[in-house]
Amino acid sequence: MNYFVLALIKTGIVVGVFMHVLAYLQWIERKVIAHVQLRVGPRRVGPHGLLQPLADVIKLITKEDMIPSHVNKVFYYLAPFVAVLFALISISVIPFGPQVTVFGVTTNLSLADPSIGILFILGISGMGVYGVALAGWASNNKYSLMGGLRSSAQMISYELPMALAIAAPLLILNTLNLREIADGQAGYYLGFIPKWTIFQGPFPQVISFFLFMIAAFAETNRIPFDLPEAENELVAGFHTEYSSMKFASFFMAEYANMVTVSAVATLLFLGAWHPIFPAAYGSSYIPALIHIAAGLVMIYHGMNPARPFDRITLPVFGVLFIGVGSVFALAAAGPGVVSGLGSPMLTDAVSALSQILTPLFWFCGKVLAILFVFIWVRATLPRFRYDQLMSFAWTFMFPAALINLFVTAFLVAWF
Amino acid sequence: MDAILFLVFAAIAVICGINMVVQKQTIASALSLVGVMAALAALYLLLGGEFIAAAQLVVYSGAIMVLFVFVIMLLNAKGEKNPVVKPWGKYFGAPLMLVFFGIMSIVVQRYTPASDGVVFGGFRGAGPREIGQSLFTVYLLPFEVTSVLILVAILGAIVLARKEID
Repeated sequence: MNYFVLALIKTGIVVGVFMHVLAYLQWIERKVIAHVQLRVGPRRVGPHGLLQPLADVIKLITKEDMIPSHVNKVFYYLAPFVAVLFALISISVIPFGPQVTVFGVTTNLSLADPSIGILFILGISGMGVYGVALAGWASNNKYSLMGGLRSSAQMISYELPMALAIAAPLLILNTLNLREIADGQAGYYLGFIPKWTIFQGPFPQVISFFLFMIAAFAETNRIPFDLPEAENELVAGFHTEYSSMKFASFFMAEYANMVTVSAVATLLFLGAWHPIFPAAYGSSYIPALIHIAAGLVMIYHGMNPARPFDRITLPVFGVLFIGVGSVFALAAAGPGVVSGLGSPMLTDAVSALSQILTPLFWFCGKVLAILFVFIWVRATLPRFRYDQLMSFAWTFMFPAALINLFVTAFLVAWF
Repeated sequence: MDAILFLVFAAIAVICGINMVVQKQTIASALSLVGVMAALAALYLLLGGEFIAAAQLVVYSGAIMVLFVFVIMLLNAKGEKNPVVKPWGKYFGAPLMLVFFGIMSIVVQRYTPASDGVVFGGFRGAGPREIGQSLFTVYLLPFEVTSVLILVAILGAIVLARKEID
């Protein structure tokens, strides 16, 4: 197939899915935090508040777009664009699955596959800080300026331990290409311990993983590192003067950065799309099992509803989940099941499903698990003080990452 | 396609460079410099130097320029109030510069060997592996000397900063 047509199709799919993920991440975050704090969260708009993101978007678009008279207009307009632009670019190099052959077309499950993928992501995420810094400066407001300043100082400080934490698994895997990084983690020790870098010899990268995650929280300005928008000190920090869609675009950038960072953590440390135990022990049936079990639980709760409305909504979602689960089951069973029907089209379709869906499930599952940790931490931890943040970066994170890198380099050279 | 991309990014680099000098606001100048760095990274990418392009992006437009912007914001550096422009510089400077660039382009045209245009993907050998190999074998001495130089610079900065505190 024509390269451009293929690229266009893939871009369309990725952009569509990514935008919906960003919108629904907001819903997931509110729901999870609500349940952590023993509330129910949004549930007015649509069943279980599922249409809340749509309502939020309509609200934000139709709100008045205030522009304060004292701002620097050019940079005030530029800042949200920069923030969103660099947040969305990095998703283009992330591979979501292995190379697949669908209806005779062989392609990668990623938009682009540069040989320096991980460096590209580092570079682009480093550029992302300009959005926040510019927003703070252009707002011409002391609180915003403080937010912008803190953001750039924090970004410079935490980029170092982050890069050092990334370098350690790269030493083991010996490549900068994200697809080769993922392939380097295939296989199992003793038939059941996955060769993810957090388990892989000669030096399991557990320390590196934790350092990377801490730096990732700081790079995405999430609690406990959200000093740039600390609302008890700085009103709302760098986005105090923004309203309407400009305000929303900073949040979009934050969620996009979260997804990218989680995907990078999955690729570098958690074995990308390789399942936690071998397919020989039936790991490809896990997605089907999880979905069908979730569907059955929903139907059970629909039979014994806690609220009257649940009698309708929960069984509907239960049936949907069982449907998705059976598609996963079909994918896990492979094309051998339908080859007896004598329809090559159907066999091709099932083969495509089994090549795409199972790796995609493992990849997205790991990314979602890390995103859940982001939200969980936000619901649990208080914010750092500013001097604590800086001394933590320079006196603990940096030496720890450096020592970890030295030990890894030494052991890789030794064995 | 390659020629178009080259012209686009070269134009961006030149325009950002001119803008950097012309702008009166310090932060606008700094951001134009970011534009120059990013456009240069794209040009390196067109030449096939993927690693250099990424390093340019990470080190220059990422780390160094963020530090510049940080310092400008921290010191709240105001733009030039009334820049002193000598009239002869205004009226003779631009034509003289044009003449200078004209002579330079003629010299370059005349005395450099003719070569084909760069084809994207035509040059391989600037990957991280090759660069690492040559850094630690052929260019080991310059590499180490540069490291020492940077170390000296860091120590110097620390010494100067300490003096100011005392």
